Amino acid sequence: MSAVLEVTDIKKNFGGISAVDGVSFDVREGEILGLIGPNGCGKSTLFNCILGQLTPSGGEVRLDGKLVTGLRPSELNKLGVSRTFQLLQVFPKLSVRENLILAGQEHQGNMASRLVGRSDAGLTETANQMIGFFKLDHLADEPAGGLSYGQQKLLDAAMAFMGGPRLVLLDEPAGGVNPSMLADLKDRLVAINREKNATFVVIEHNMEFVMSLCSRVMMMAEGKVLAMGRPDEVRKNPAVIEAYLGH
Amino acid sequence: MSSFAKPLKIALGLIVIAGLIIVPMNFNRYGLFILSQWAVMTIAAMGLNLTLGYAGQVSLAQGAFVGIGAYAAAIMTTHGWPLPAAILVAIVLSFAVGWVLGYPALRVQHHYLAFVTLAFSTLAFLVFRNESWLTGGIYGISNIPRPHIFSFATNKPLPFYYVCLGSLAIVSLAVWWLIRSPWGRAFMALRENPLRAQSLGIDTRRYTLMAFAIGSALGGVAGALYAPLTQYIDPVPFNLSLSLDLLMMVIVGGAGFYFGPFLGAMIAVLLPEWLRFTEGYYLMLYAVAVMLLLIWSPTGILGILDRYLAERRTKAASALRAVAKSRLETVQ
Repeated sequence: MSAVLEVTDIKKNFGGISAVDGVSFDVREGEILGLIGPNGCGKSTLFNCILGQLTPSGGEVRLDGKLVTGLRPSELNKLGVSRTFQLLQVFPKLSVRENLILAGQEHQGNMASRLVGRSDAGLTETANQMIGFFKLDHLADEPAGGLSYGQQKLLDAAMAFMGGPRLVLLDEPAGGVNPSMLADLKDRLVAINREKNATFVVIEHNMEFVMSLCSRVMMMAEGKVLAMGRPDEVRKNPAVIEAYLGH
Repeated sequence: MSSFAKPLKIALGLIVIAGLIIVPMNFNRYGLFILSQWAVMTIAAMGLNLTLGYAGQVSLAQGAFVGIGAYAAAIMTTHGWPLPAAILVAIVLSFAVGWVLGYPALRVQHHYLAFVTLAFSTLAFLVFRNESWLTGGIYGISNIPRPHIFSFATNKPLPFYYVCLGSLAIVSLAVWWLIRSPWGRAFMALRENPLRAQSLGIDTRRYTLMAFAIGSALGGVAGALYAPLTQYIDPVPFNLSLSLDLLMMVIVGGAGFYFGPFLGAMIAVLLPEWLRFTEGYYLMLYAVAVMLLLIWSPTGILGILDRYLAERRTKAASALRAVAKSRLETVQ
Protein backbone atom coordinates (compact mmCIF):
# COMPACT_ATOMS: atom_id res chain seq x y z
CA MET A 1 0.00 0.00 0.00
CA SER A 2 1.32 3.45 -0.90
CA ALA A 3 1.43 6.28 1.63
CA VAL A 4 -1.37 8.83 1.27
CA LEU A 5 0.16 11.12 3.88
CA GLU A 6 3.84 11.46 4.74
CA VAL A 7 4.81 13.71 7.63
CA THR A 8 8.55 14.30 8.02
CA ASP A 9 10.23 15.94 11.01
CA ILE A 10 7.36 18.39 11.70
CA LYS A 11 8.14 20.97 14.37
CA LYS A 12 6.00 23.69 15.85
CA ASN A 13 7.28 26.17 18.41
CA PHE A 14 5.23 28.75 20.29
CA GLY A 15 7.84 31.16 21.65
CA GLY A 16 10.16 28.99 23.69
CA ILE A 17 7.72 26.10 23.93
CA SER A 18 8.05 23.23 21.50
CA ALA A 19 4.52 21.89 20.99
CA VAL A 20 5.50 19.45 18.25
CA ASP A 21 9.10 18.33 18.15
CA GLY A 22 10.25 16.49 15.03
CA VAL A 23 7.28 14.18 14.43
CA SER A 24 7.50 11.82 11.44
CA PHE A 25 5.00 9.19 10.32
CA ASP A 26 3.06 8.07 7.31
CA VAL A 27 -0.49 6.92 6.69
CA ARG A 28 -1.11 4.22 4.11
CA GLU A 29 -4.03 4.12 1.74
CA GLY A 30 -7.17 2.69 3.35
CA GLU A 31 -5.62 2.70 6.82
CA ILE A 32 -7.18 4.00 10.05
CA LEU A 33 -4.39 5.43 12.18
CA GLY A 34 -5.14 6.30 15.78
CA LEU A 35 -3.33 9.17 17.47
CA ILE A 36 -3.32 9.03 21.25
CA GLY A 37 -1.58 10.86 24.05
CA PRO A 38 -2.23 12.95 27.14
CA ASN A 39 -3.79 16.41 26.89
CA GLY A 40 -1.29 19.01 25.71
CA CYS A 41 1.04 16.49 24.05
CA GLY A 42 0.66 18.24 20.66
CA LYS A 43 -1.88 16.04 18.85
CA SER A 44 -4.20 18.86 17.76
CA THR A 45 -1.23 21.14 16.98
CA LEU A 46 0.13 18.40 14.75
CA PHE A 47 -3.27 18.18 12.99
CA ASN A 48 -3.30 21.94 12.52
CA CYS A 49 0.24 21.88 11.05
CA ILE A 50 -0.70 19.10 8.63
CA LEU A 51 -3.90 20.87 7.60
CA GLY A 52 -2.44 24.33 7.06
CA GLN A 53 -4.21 25.97 9.98
CA LEU A 54 -0.78 26.54 11.56
CA THR A 55 2.50 27.06 9.72
CA PRO A 56 5.03 24.49 10.93
CA SER A 57 8.34 25.79 12.28
CA GLY A 58 10.07 23.01 10.36
CA GLY A 59 9.55 19.77 8.46
CA GLU A 60 7.33 18.86 5.53
CA VAL A 61 4.00 17.27 4.71
CA ARG A 62 3.39 15.28 1.52
CA LEU A 63 0.07 14.15 0.14
CA ASP A 64 0.37 11.35 -2.40
CA GLY A 65 4.05 12.26 -2.68
CA LYS A 66 3.30 15.92 -3.48
CA LEU A 67 4.67 18.57 -1.11
CA VAL A 68 1.72 20.39 0.51
CA THR A 69 3.43 22.10 3.49
CA GLY A 70 2.03 25.61 3.96
CA LEU A 71 -0.99 25.17 1.67
CA ARG A 72 -4.16 26.83 2.99
CA PRO A 73 -6.84 24.57 4.55
CA SER A 74 -9.24 25.28 1.68
CA GLU A 75 -6.58 24.27 -0.86
CA LEU A 76 -5.87 21.04 1.04
CA ASN A 77 -9.58 20.30 1.19
CA LYS A 78 -9.75 20.64 -2.60
CA LEU A 79 -6.93 18.06 -2.80
CA GLY A 80 -9.09 15.60 -0.86
CA VAL A 81 -8.14 16.23 2.78
CA SER A 82 -10.99 16.75 5.21
CA ARG A 83 -11.24 17.14 8.96
CA THR A 84 -13.40 17.53 12.02
CA PHE A 85 -12.53 19.60 15.07
CA GLN A 86 -12.26 18.77 18.76
CA LEU A 87 -15.17 21.10 19.50
CA LEU A 88 -18.40 20.97 17.52
CA GLN A 89 -18.25 22.99 14.32
CA VAL A 90 -21.64 22.70 12.65
CA PHE A 91 -23.56 25.75 11.41
CA PRO A 92 -26.41 25.97 13.92
CA LYS A 93 -28.83 28.12 11.91
CA LEU A 94 -28.66 25.94 8.80
CA SER A 95 -30.66 22.74 8.57
CA VAL A 96 -28.90 19.38 8.64
CA ARG A 97 -29.30 19.10 4.85
CA GLU A 98 -28.00 22.63 4.25
CA ASN A 99 -24.97 21.94 6.46
CA LEU A 100 -24.15 18.96 4.26
CA ILE A 101 -24.71 20.88 1.02
CA LEU A 102 -22.42 23.63 2.33
CA ALA A 103 -19.82 21.00 3.18
CA GLY A 104 -19.76 19.71 -0.41
CA GLN A 105 -20.55 22.74 -2.55
CA GLU A 106 -16.99 23.96 -3.09
CA HIS A 107 -16.19 20.67 -4.81
CA GLN A 108 -18.82 21.35 -7.46
CA GLY A 109 -17.85 23.40 -10.53
CA ASN A 110 -16.12 26.76 -10.15
CA MET A 111 -17.04 30.04 -8.47
CA ALA A 112 -18.92 31.34 -11.52
CA SER A 113 -20.98 28.17 -11.94
CA ARG A 114 -21.77 28.17 -8.22
CA LEU A 115 -23.18 31.69 -8.61
CA VAL A 116 -25.36 31.10 -11.66
CA GLY A 117 -26.12 27.41 -11.16
CA ARG A 118 -28.52 25.59 -8.87
CA SER A 119 -28.87 26.87 -5.34
CA ASP A 120 -28.12 23.38 -3.95
CA ALA A 121 -25.08 23.00 -6.24
CA GLY A 122 -26.72 19.71 -7.34
CA LEU A 123 -26.00 18.16 -3.95
CA THR A 124 -29.45 17.48 -2.48
CA GLU A 125 -29.35 13.84 -3.54
CA THR A 126 -25.83 13.29 -2.15
CA ALA A 127 -26.78 15.10 1.07
CA ASN A 128 -29.88 12.91 1.44
CA GLN A 129 -27.77 9.79 0.98
CA MET A 130 -25.34 11.01 3.64
CA ILE A 131 -28.26 11.81 5.96
CA GLY A 132 -29.55 8.26 5.51
CA PHE A 133 -26.08 6.78 5.95
CA PHE A 134 -25.61 8.59 9.27
CA LYS A 135 -29.20 7.81 10.34
CA LEU A 136 -30.25 11.44 10.57
CA ASP A 137 -33.29 11.11 8.25
CA HIS A 138 -35.85 12.40 10.74
CA LEU A 139 -33.73 15.50 11.38
CA ALA A 140 -32.92 16.47 7.78
CA ASP A 141 -34.86 19.76 7.86
CA GLU A 142 -34.16 20.65 11.50
CA PRO A 143 -31.73 23.48 12.28
CA ALA A 144 -28.44 21.87 13.30
CA GLY A 145 -28.38 23.98 16.47
CA GLY A 146 -31.48 22.14 17.75
CA LEU A 147 -29.87 18.67 17.58
CA SER A 148 -28.50 16.85 20.60
CA TYR A 149 -24.72 16.89 21.14
CA GLY A 150 -24.31 13.34 19.82
CA GLN A 151 -26.44 14.06 16.75
CA GLN A 152 -24.37 17.16 16.04
CA LYS A 153 -21.21 15.03 16.31
CA LEU A 154 -22.65 12.64 13.72
CA LEU A 155 -23.51 15.60 11.46
CA ASP A 156 -20.02 17.05 11.99
CA ALA A 157 -18.50 13.73 10.88
CA ALA A 158 -20.91 13.45 7.94
CA MET A 159 -19.90 16.93 6.75
CA ALA A 160 -16.29 15.78 6.52
CA PHE A 161 -17.28 13.20 3.91
CA MET A 162 -19.38 15.39 1.61
CA GLY A 163 -16.44 16.36 -0.61
CA GLY A 164 -15.53 12.70 -1.19
CA PRO A 165 -12.19 13.00 0.62
CA ARG A 166 -9.25 10.57 0.32
CA LEU A 167 -7.93 11.41 3.76
CA VAL A 168 -9.99 12.41 6.81
CA LEU A 169 -8.52 13.67 10.07
CA LEU A 170 -10.96 13.31 12.96
CA ASP A 171 -10.20 15.18 16.18
CA GLU A 172 -11.86 13.41 19.12
CA PRO A 173 -14.97 12.21 17.26
CA ALA A 174 -16.15 10.20 20.28
CA GLY A 175 -15.83 13.02 22.81
CA GLY A 176 -19.11 13.51 24.70
CA VAL A 177 -21.03 10.99 22.57
CA ASN A 178 -23.25 8.47 24.38
CA PRO A 179 -22.43 4.73 23.99
CA SER A 180 -25.23 3.83 21.55
CA MET A 181 -24.45 6.77 19.29
CA LEU A 182 -20.74 5.97 19.57
CA ALA A 183 -21.40 2.49 18.22
CA ASP A 184 -23.30 4.09 15.32
CA LEU A 185 -20.42 6.47 14.64
CA LYS A 186 -17.89 3.64 14.66
CA ASP A 187 -20.03 1.54 12.31
CA ARG A 188 -20.31 4.45 9.90
CA LEU A 189 -16.58 5.14 9.92
CA VAL A 190 -15.72 1.49 9.35
CA ALA A 191 -18.30 1.28 6.53
CA ILE A 192 -16.89 4.36 4.77
CA ASN A 193 -13.37 3.03 5.24
CA ARG A 194 -14.30 -0.29 3.63
CA GLU A 195 -16.69 0.90 0.93
CA LYS A 196 -14.80 3.98 -0.22
CA ASN A 197 -11.30 3.00 0.82
CA ALA A 198 -11.08 6.31 2.70
CA THR A 199 -8.02 6.81 4.88
CA PHE A 200 -8.36 8.11 8.44
CA VAL A 201 -6.26 9.62 11.17
CA VAL A 202 -8.21 9.71 14.44
CA ILE A 203 -7.27 11.59 17.60
CA GLU A 204 -9.13 10.02 20.50
CA HIS A 205 -8.95 9.51 24.26
CA ASN A 206 -11.52 6.72 24.30
CA MET A 207 -9.14 3.73 24.26
CA GLU A 208 -11.81 1.15 23.55
CA PHE A 209 -12.96 3.17 20.52
CA VAL A 210 -9.40 3.65 19.22
CA MET A 211 -8.23 0.09 19.79
CA SER A 212 -11.27 -1.43 18.08
CA LEU A 213 -11.33 1.03 15.15
CA CYS A 214 -7.69 1.58 14.21
CA SER A 215 -5.26 -0.65 12.35
CA ARG A 216 -2.25 1.22 13.78
CA VAL A 217 -1.85 3.52 16.75
CA MET A 218 0.67 6.29 17.32
CA MET A 219 1.26 7.60 20.83
CA MET A 220 2.58 11.13 21.40
CA ALA A 221 4.02 12.66 24.57
CA GLU A 222 5.58 16.10 25.01
CA GLY A 223 5.48 16.81 21.28
CA LYS A 224 7.28 13.60 20.26
CA VAL A 225 6.28 10.15 19.02
CA LEU A 226 6.65 7.73 21.89
CA ALA A 227 5.32 4.58 20.26
CA MET A 228 3.85 3.36 16.99
CA GLY A 229 2.43 -0.02 16.07
CA ARG A 230 -0.57 -2.32 16.11
CA PRO A 231 -3.13 -1.48 18.82
CA ASP A 232 -2.24 -4.54 20.92
CA GLU A 233 1.49 -3.72 20.68
CA VAL A 234 0.97 -0.11 21.73
CA ARG A 235 -1.33 -1.11 24.58
CA LYS A 236 1.39 -3.36 26.01
CA ASN A 237 4.25 -0.90 25.45
CA PRO A 238 5.69 -0.07 28.91
CA ALA A 239 6.47 3.52 27.90
CA VAL A 240 2.83 4.04 26.82
CA ILE A 241 1.53 2.51 30.02
CA GLU A 242 3.84 4.73 32.03
CA ALA A 243 3.09 7.97 30.19
CA TYR A 244 -0.58 7.60 29.34
CA LEU A 245 -2.57 4.45 29.99
CA GLY A 246 -1.52 3.87 33.60
CA HIS A 247 -1.27 0.52 35.32
CA MET B 1 -50.63 25.49 7.93
CA SER B 2 -47.45 25.56 5.87
CA SER B 3 -49.47 24.95 2.68
CA PHE B 4 -51.06 28.38 3.23
CA ALA B 5 -47.85 30.11 4.17
CA LYS B 6 -46.37 30.36 0.66
CA PRO B 7 -49.50 31.71 -1.11
CA LEU B 8 -49.98 34.10 1.81
CA LYS B 9 -46.43 35.40 1.44
CA ILE B 10 -46.88 35.79 -2.35
CA ALA B 11 -50.21 37.62 -1.86
CA LEU B 12 -48.63 39.93 0.74
CA GLY B 13 -45.68 40.60 -1.57
CA LEU B 14 -47.99 41.45 -4.48
CA ILE B 15 -50.05 43.81 -2.29
CA VAL B 16 -46.90 45.64 -1.15
CA ILE B 17 -45.58 45.91 -4.73
CA ALA B 18 -48.97 47.14 -6.00
CA GLY B 19 -49.09 49.62 -3.12
CA LEU B 20 -45.61 50.93 -3.96
CA ILE B 21 -46.70 51.44 -7.58
CA ILE B 22 -50.21 52.84 -7.12
CA VAL B 23 -50.30 54.76 -3.81
CA PRO B 24 -47.47 57.24 -4.67
CA MET B 25 -49.47 58.43 -7.71
CA ASN B 26 -51.31 60.68 -5.23
CA PHE B 27 -48.18 61.88 -3.45
CA ASN B 28 -46.88 65.41 -3.72
CA ARG B 29 -43.34 66.30 -4.87
CA TYR B 30 -41.84 66.01 -1.39
CA GLY B 31 -43.53 62.70 -0.63
CA LEU B 32 -42.19 61.24 -3.88
CA PHE B 33 -38.70 62.54 -3.08
CA ILE B 34 -38.75 60.84 0.33
CA LEU B 35 -40.03 57.57 -1.13
CA SER B 36 -37.39 57.68 -3.90
CA GLN B 37 -34.76 58.30 -1.24
CA TRP B 38 -36.06 55.25 0.65
CA ALA B 39 -35.63 53.10 -2.49
CA VAL B 40 -32.10 54.43 -3.08
CA MET B 41 -31.02 54.00 0.55
CA THR B 42 -32.51 50.49 0.61
CA ILE B 43 -30.20 49.55 -2.27
CA ALA B 44 -27.17 50.92 -0.38
CA ALA B 45 -28.26 49.18 2.83
CA MET B 46 -28.74 45.89 0.94
CA GLY B 47 -25.10 46.15 -0.11
CA LEU B 48 -23.99 46.71 3.47
CA ASN B 49 -26.27 43.90 4.64
CA LEU B 50 -24.45 41.59 2.26
CA THR B 51 -21.02 42.65 3.56
CA LEU B 52 -21.92 42.90 7.25
CA GLY B 53 -25.12 40.94 7.78
CA TYR B 54 -24.37 37.90 5.65
CA ALA B 55 -20.56 37.80 5.44
CA GLY B 56 -19.88 39.33 8.87
CA GLN B 57 -17.37 41.96 7.66
CA VAL B 58 -17.77 45.28 9.47
CA SER B 59 -17.72 48.30 7.18
CA LEU B 60 -18.04 51.98 7.95
CA ALA B 61 -17.37 52.93 4.34
CA GLN B 62 -20.69 52.27 2.60
CA GLY B 63 -21.46 56.00 2.50
CA ALA B 64 -18.18 56.55 0.64
CA PHE B 65 -19.26 54.06 -2.03
CA VAL B 66 -22.58 55.86 -2.41
CA GLY B 67 -20.44 58.96 -2.92
CA ILE B 68 -18.23 57.25 -5.51
CA GLY B 69 -21.34 56.13 -7.42
CA ALA B 70 -22.94 59.57 -7.12
CA TYR B 71 -19.88 61.42 -8.40
CA ALA B 72 -19.37 58.90 -11.23
CA ALA B 73 -22.99 59.41 -12.33
CA ALA B 74 -22.90 63.18 -11.87
CA ILE B 75 -19.67 63.64 -13.84
CA MET B 76 -20.73 61.32 -16.66
CA THR B 77 -24.33 62.45 -17.10
CA THR B 78 -23.41 66.15 -17.02
CA HIS B 79 -20.99 65.32 -19.86
CA GLY B 80 -23.76 63.77 -21.94
CA TRP B 81 -23.42 60.10 -21.05
CA PRO B 82 -26.63 58.14 -20.46
CA LEU B 83 -27.46 57.11 -16.88
CA PRO B 84 -27.28 53.33 -17.57
CA ALA B 85 -23.66 53.77 -18.72
CA ALA B 86 -22.96 55.84 -15.60
CA ILE B 87 -24.51 53.13 -13.40
CA LEU B 88 -22.29 50.55 -15.08
CA VAL B 89 -19.18 52.66 -14.45
CA ALA B 90 -20.32 53.25 -10.83
CA ILE B 91 -20.68 49.47 -10.37
CA VAL B 92 -17.25 48.68 -11.85
CA LEU B 93 -15.52 51.49 -9.94
CA SER B 94 -17.14 50.68 -6.58
CA PHE B 95 -16.57 46.95 -7.10
CA ALA B 96 -12.86 47.52 -7.80
CA VAL B 97 -12.34 49.91 -4.87
CA GLY B 98 -14.41 47.62 -2.61
CA TRP B 99 -12.26 44.66 -3.63
CA VAL B 100 -9.10 46.55 -2.65
CA LEU B 101 -10.72 47.68 0.63
CA GLY B 102 -11.45 44.02 1.34
CA TYR B 103 -7.74 43.20 1.65
CA PRO B 104 -7.38 44.61 5.18
CA ALA B 105 -10.29 42.34 6.17
CA LEU B 106 -8.04 39.37 5.42
CA ARG B 107 -5.81 40.49 8.29
CA VAL B 108 -8.00 42.42 10.73
CA GLN B 109 -11.55 41.89 11.95
CA HIS B 110 -14.32 43.48 14.03
CA HIS B 111 -13.59 46.94 15.48
CA TYR B 112 -10.09 47.01 13.94
CA LEU B 113 -11.67 46.51 10.52
CA ALA B 114 -14.24 49.18 11.37
CA PHE B 115 -11.41 51.66 11.90
CA VAL B 116 -9.73 50.71 8.61
CA THR B 117 -12.98 51.32 6.72
CA LEU B 118 -13.60 54.50 8.72
CA ALA B 119 -10.21 55.78 7.54
CA PHE B 120 -11.19 54.98 3.95
CA SER B 121 -14.47 56.84 4.44
CA THR B 122 -12.54 59.93 5.57
CA LEU B 123 -10.12 59.58 2.66
CA ALA B 124 -12.99 59.39 0.14
CA PHE B 125 -14.62 62.48 1.67
CA LEU B 126 -11.34 64.41 1.35
CA VAL B 127 -11.06 63.41 -2.30
CA PHE B 128 -14.66 64.55 -2.96
CA ARG B 129 -13.96 67.87 -1.23
CA ASN B 130 -10.41 68.66 -2.32
CA GLU B 131 -10.14 67.34 -5.89
CA SER B 132 -12.28 70.17 -7.24
CA TRP B 133 -10.99 69.73 -10.82
CA LEU B 134 -12.98 66.48 -10.87
CA THR B 135 -15.69 66.81 -8.25
CA GLY B 136 -16.36 70.54 -8.13
CA GLY B 137 -15.03 70.61 -4.54
CA ILE B 138 -17.27 72.27 -1.97
CA TYR B 139 -19.41 73.78 -4.75
CA GLY B 140 -20.31 70.31 -5.96
CA ILE B 141 -21.94 69.41 -9.27
CA SER B 142 -25.33 70.84 -10.21
CA ASN B 143 -27.87 70.41 -13.01
CA ILE B 144 -27.51 66.64 -12.98
CA PRO B 145 -29.96 65.41 -15.59
CA ARG B 146 -32.51 62.67 -15.09
CA PRO B 147 -32.55 59.98 -17.75
CA HIS B 148 -34.80 59.19 -20.69
CA ILE B 149 -35.93 55.58 -20.48
CA PHE B 150 -36.94 54.34 -23.95
CA SER B 151 -37.36 58.03 -24.96
CA PHE B 152 -39.63 58.55 -22.00
CA ALA B 153 -38.48 61.53 -19.90
CA THR B 154 -38.18 60.95 -16.15
CA ASN B 155 -37.64 64.59 -15.18
CA LYS B 156 -40.77 64.73 -13.08
CA PRO B 157 -40.78 63.21 -9.58
CA LEU B 158 -43.23 60.34 -10.27
CA PRO B 159 -41.44 58.86 -13.33
CA PHE B 160 -38.10 59.13 -11.55
CA TYR B 161 -39.58 57.44 -8.48
CA TYR B 162 -40.46 54.54 -10.79
CA VAL B 163 -36.84 54.49 -12.04
CA CYS B 164 -35.68 54.16 -8.41
CA LEU B 165 -38.34 51.55 -7.62
CA GLY B 166 -37.49 49.55 -10.77
CA SER B 167 -33.80 49.66 -9.86
CA LEU B 168 -34.64 48.49 -6.33
CA ALA B 169 -36.65 45.60 -7.82
CA ILE B 170 -33.74 44.52 -10.04
CA VAL B 171 -31.22 44.77 -7.17
CA SER B 172 -33.59 42.90 -4.84
CA LEU B 173 -33.94 40.01 -7.29
CA ALA B 174 -30.16 39.88 -7.82
CA VAL B 175 -29.48 39.85 -4.07
CA TRP B 176 -32.20 37.22 -3.52
CA TRP B 177 -30.51 35.03 -6.13
CA LEU B 178 -27.10 35.63 -4.60
CA ILE B 179 -28.01 34.76 -1.02
CA ARG B 180 -29.85 31.61 -2.09
CA SER B 181 -26.86 30.48 -4.20
CA PRO B 182 -23.86 28.58 -2.80
CA TRP B 183 -22.18 31.99 -2.55
CA GLY B 184 -24.77 33.10 0.01
CA ARG B 185 -24.16 29.94 2.02
CA ALA B 186 -20.39 30.54 1.82
CA PHE B 187 -20.86 34.16 3.03
CA MET B 188 -22.86 32.90 5.98
CA ALA B 189 -20.20 30.28 6.76
CA LEU B 190 -17.60 33.04 6.65
CA ARG B 191 -19.58 34.99 9.23
CA GLU B 192 -20.45 32.07 11.51
CA ASN B 193 -17.23 30.07 11.54
CA PRO B 194 -14.38 30.96 9.15
CA LEU B 195 -12.15 28.17 10.51
CA ARG B 196 -14.69 25.48 9.71
CA ALA B 197 -15.50 27.17 6.38
CA GLN B 198 -11.84 26.88 5.34
CA SER B 199 -11.72 23.23 6.30
CA LEU B 200 -14.70 22.62 3.99
CA GLY B 201 -12.81 24.03 1.02
CA ILE B 202 -14.36 27.50 1.14
CA ASP B 203 -11.78 30.01 -0.06
CA THR B 204 -12.48 32.52 2.69
CA ARG B 205 -10.04 35.08 1.19
CA ARG B 206 -11.85 35.19 -2.13
CA TYR B 207 -15.32 35.24 -0.56
CA THR B 208 -14.29 38.02 1.86
CA LEU B 209 -13.10 40.14 -1.05
CA MET B 210 -16.26 39.32 -3.01
CA ALA B 211 -18.48 40.27 -0.06
CA PHE B 212 -16.77 43.66 0.15
CA ALA B 213 -16.75 44.20 -3.61
CA ILE B 214 -20.39 43.27 -4.25
CA GLY B 215 -21.64 45.20 -1.20
CA SER B 216 -19.63 48.23 -2.34
CA ALA B 217 -20.93 47.90 -5.91
CA LEU B 218 -24.51 48.13 -4.58
CA GLY B 219 -23.46 51.27 -2.71
CA GLY B 220 -22.24 52.58 -6.09
CA VAL B 221 -25.61 51.78 -7.72
CA ALA B 222 -27.40 53.67 -4.94
CA GLY B 223 -25.09 56.65 -5.45
CA ALA B 224 -25.64 56.63 -9.22
CA LEU B 225 -29.39 56.97 -8.53
CA TYR B 226 -28.93 59.48 -5.71
CA ALA B 227 -27.21 62.01 -8.01
CA PRO B 228 -30.09 62.36 -10.52
CA LEU B 229 -32.59 62.17 -7.64
CA THR B 230 -31.22 65.29 -5.92
CA GLN B 231 -29.86 66.74 -9.21
CA TYR B 232 -27.12 68.40 -7.17
CA ILE B 233 -24.34 66.80 -5.13
CA ASP B 234 -21.59 68.08 -2.90
CA PRO B 235 -19.29 66.17 -0.50
CA VAL B 236 -21.34 66.72 2.70
CA PRO B 237 -23.99 63.99 2.23
CA PHE B 238 -21.25 61.38 1.75
CA ASN B 239 -19.35 61.93 4.97
CA LEU B 240 -19.12 59.41 7.80
CA SER B 241 -22.66 60.11 9.03
CA LEU B 242 -24.12 58.49 5.89
CA SER B 243 -22.10 55.34 6.57
CA LEU B 244 -23.37 55.36 10.16
CA ASP B 245 -26.95 55.91 8.96
CA LEU B 246 -26.64 52.95 6.59
CA LEU B 247 -25.16 50.84 9.38
CA MET B 248 -28.11 51.79 11.56
CA MET B 249 -30.56 50.84 8.79
CA VAL B 250 -29.00 47.37 8.57
CA ILE B 251 -28.88 46.85 12.35
CA VAL B 252 -32.36 48.22 13.03
CA GLY B 253 -33.96 46.25 10.19
CA GLY B 254 -32.10 43.09 11.17
CA ALA B 255 -28.57 42.28 9.94
CA GLY B 256 -28.46 39.09 7.92
CA PHE B 257 -32.19 39.17 7.12
CA TYR B 258 -33.19 39.69 3.51
CA PHE B 259 -35.93 42.23 4.28
CA GLY B 260 -33.87 43.96 7.01
CA PRO B 261 -32.61 46.81 4.78
CA PHE B 262 -36.15 47.55 3.48
CA LEU B 263 -37.44 48.01 7.02
CA GLY B 264 -34.27 49.69 8.30
CA ALA B 265 -34.32 52.25 5.48
CA MET B 266 -38.02 52.82 6.13
CA ILE B 267 -37.27 53.60 9.79
CA ALA B 268 -34.28 55.83 8.97
CA VAL B 269 -35.82 57.73 6.03
CA LEU B 270 -39.54 57.73 6.72
CA LEU B 271 -39.87 57.71 10.52
CA PRO B 272 -38.29 61.17 11.01
CA GLU B 273 -40.77 62.50 8.43
CA TRP B 274 -43.74 60.87 10.17
CA LEU B 275 -42.58 62.38 13.46
CA ARG B 276 -42.40 65.91 12.03
CA PHE B 277 -45.78 66.75 13.60
CA THR B 278 -43.88 66.91 16.92
CA GLU B 279 -41.93 69.83 15.39
CA GLY B 280 -38.70 70.52 17.31
CA TYR B 281 -38.82 67.17 19.10
CA TYR B 282 -38.97 64.89 16.07
CA LEU B 283 -35.27 63.95 15.91
CA MET B 284 -35.15 63.37 19.67
CA LEU B 285 -38.19 61.11 19.51
CA TYR B 286 -36.66 59.30 16.55
CA ALA B 287 -33.41 58.69 18.51
CA VAL B 288 -35.35 57.43 21.55
CA ALA B 289 -37.47 55.12 19.36
CA VAL B 290 -34.35 53.59 17.78
CA MET B 291 -32.66 53.13 21.19
CA LEU B 292 -35.74 51.47 22.69
CA LEU B 293 -36.07 49.18 19.70
CA LEU B 294 -32.46 48.03 19.93
CA ILE B 295 -32.69 47.51 23.70
CA TRP B 296 -35.80 45.38 23.17
CA SER B 297 -34.41 43.51 20.18
CA PRO B 298 -30.66 43.79 19.51
CA THR B 299 -31.15 41.69 16.38
CA GLY B 300 -33.42 44.33 14.84
CA ILE B 301 -37.06 44.31 13.81
CA LEU B 302 -36.84 41.04 11.91
CA GLY B 303 -35.01 39.52 14.86
CA ILE B 304 -38.29 39.81 16.80
CA LEU B 305 -40.11 37.83 14.12
CA ASP B 306 -37.28 35.30 13.97
CA ARG B 307 -37.41 34.78 17.74
CA TYR B 308 -41.19 34.33 17.63
CA LEU B 309 -40.94 31.75 14.83
CA ALA B 310 -38.10 29.90 16.61
CA GLU B 311 -40.18 29.73 19.83
CA ARG B 312 -43.14 28.43 17.84
CA ARG B 313 -40.97 25.75 16.21
CA THR B 314 -39.59 24.71 19.61
CA LYS B 315 -43.11 24.46 21.09
CA ALA B 316 -44.32 22.40 18.12
CA ALA B 317 -41.30 20.06 18.41
CA SER B 318 -41.85 19.69 22.18
CA ALA B 319 -45.51 18.86 21.61
CA LEU B 320 -44.58 16.23 19.02
CA ARG B 321 -42.01 14.71 21.39
CA ALA B 322 -44.61 14.62 24.20
CA VAL B 323 -47.14 12.86 21.92
CA ALA B 324 -44.51 10.33 20.81
CA LYS B 325 -43.50 9.69 24.43
CA SER B 326 -47.09 9.13 25.59
CA ARG B 327 -47.72 6.75 22.65
CA LEU B 328 -44.58 4.82 23.53
CA GLU B 329 -45.69 4.56 27.16
CA THR B 330 -49.16 3.38 26.06
CA VAL B 331 -47.62 0.65 23.87
CA GLN B 332 -45.32 -0.46 26.70
